[in-house]
Amino acid sequence: MKRSPATIALRWSGRIIVAAILLFVLLPGVVVAISAFNDRAILQFPPQSWSLRWFYRAFSYSDFAKGFWNGLTVTVWASSIAVVVGSAFAFAIHRYKFALRDFLEGILLSPLIIPHYTVGLGILILASQTGIGRGFPLVIFAHVVMVLPFVMRSTYISLENLDTRLELAASSLGATPLRILFTVTIPLLIPGLLSGWLFAAILSFNEFTATLFVSSQATQTLPVAMYNYVREFADPTLAALSVIYIVVTATLLTIANSFLGLGKILNVDAH
Amino acid sequence: MNTRPFLGWFVSPAGLVAAGLIAAMLAVFQYSVRAYIPGTLEVGGFTWANFEAMLRPLYALAFWNTVLICFETAVFTLLLAYPLAYTLTRTNSSALRSFILIVSVTPLFLGEVVRTYSWMIVLGNNGFLNTLLLKLGLVDRPLRMMFTSGGVIAALVHVTMPIMVIMLAAALSHIDRNYEKAAESLGAGPIRIFMTITLPLSMPGIVAGFSTAFAWTFSAFATPQLIGGGRVATVSTLIYQLGFSSFNFPFAASLSIIGLALSLAVIALLKKAASPLERMAGTT
Repeated sequence: MKRSPATIALRWSGRIIVAAILLFVLLPGVVVAISAFNDRAILQFPPQSWSLRWFYRAFSYSDFAKGFWNGLTVTVWASSIAVVVGSAFAFAIHRYKFALRDFLEGILLSPLIIPHYTVGLGILILASQTGIGRGFPLVIFAHVVMVLPFVMRSTYISLENLDTRLELAASSLGATPLRILFTVTIPLLIPGLLSGWLFAAILSFNEFTATLFVSSQATQTLPVAMYNYVREFADPTLAALSVIYIVVTATLLTIANSFLGLGKILNVDAH
Repeated sequence: MNTRPFLGWFVSPAGLVAAGLIAAMLAVFQYSVRAYIPGTLEVGGFTWANFEAMLRPLYALAFWNTVLICFETAVFTLLLAYPLAYTLTRTNSSALRSFILIVSVTPLFLGEVVRTYSWMIVLGNNGFLNTLLLKLGLVDRPLRMMFTSGGVIAALVHVTMPIMVIMLAAALSHIDRNYEKAAESLGAGPIRIFMTITLPLSMPGIVAGFSTAFAWTFSAFATPQLIGGGRVATVSTLIYQLGFSSFNFPFAASLSIIGLALSLAVIALLKKAASPLERMAGTT
């Protein structure tokens, strides 16, 4: 088919617009990467001389190392608890009608729209009133609340795609409900549960606002440690840490994309 | 036979989490109507004083500021995310698709602090943009971009882009392409096809993306705090200051109640405003 000049002009302006938007999205990452190799302690653009010292400092600064391990502890616990609790609940709302079903679902999905600081402040006040203290269980609870909606959604989608005839077949062959659950339903749900866990883990590892409220000096996670650093120091250590963050995340996502198909996980694939 | 096996086992853990969340929200409500006793974490008796104090211009202005910033952020995010989502779902090149997907999704997993920090380097007085503008001779002294609401909005748009791209792409990818093909075969031009078919059919995604962007921005704390540097007052920065600098938790609680109510109201309003559009998309 022959295209008119107007169509061609439209296509090219579309391409230029998309390229400009991608530039906007990429710009901060590129700028941060360049400043991470700046030798001077003052943020300056472009850097006058180059060095790797900020990477060294990012690794040796004890608050970051501690924040990383704290964050990992919280993330593993919170996303594992969220997957068990969230997928069981998603199963129940997908299959059954029961008292308070919609109410419970609404409550558990509400962290999607309740501002994170409200949740954080609420859990903090609750802890101080009941004398629970600002330990790891409190931070983990806050994270479970935050990531639960995402886990529920991902399990729910997998349940929608599950072929229930397989369960019926197992049942007609005499399998007990418990046996069906562990040998048919859960194995079929594994991909959905895994992607739910991964998504929850990434969100939990990066959660900042609510964590700022509920964590203490002893339990602060990496984002909180980074926030405290940027308020105290102006050197490019955080730029170096950001570069590590960006590289690790982009690598993980590229691997996830080539093995699992990110488009499928995020439900954006064309049909 | 039990027709609902494991119901109790499956629902009660979630019920416990929900109970904890409800208790936390009730704690905020309860604190918001208590008197503040300076110098202690204890709270006094019942009072409406916290809510009355919010009528003072300082706080009223912060609310107005926050709504305005969230609204502008959501509008700009939509305008920038739509072309990306459109290209993502329509391009035939799988390399370009992967590239856009990775580039637009990676920031989602970087967290607010890393992304805000990178914008501090872009916008700072010795930062990337000012250096560029000075070198090009477009300005003779650095523009002040840090500590302005413009700077805050630029960074917030960047922070909110990924989720908007994902939601728009999900909506766009579920549109039946035959409608567009039919319009094309009847002689409609690309702009007309877009305006009369693609755009209306993607309306549910636009509404969902817009309200999510609004809620996320409303919740954002690191960006207005670090880029605004205390000079751009938003609800979230005020709550933090009140809670952790003056330990006035009752007032912080009442502010966050109003913040919650405001964000729910705006989202409900958006849904209501959008429902005729969605109906249109459903019937055409």
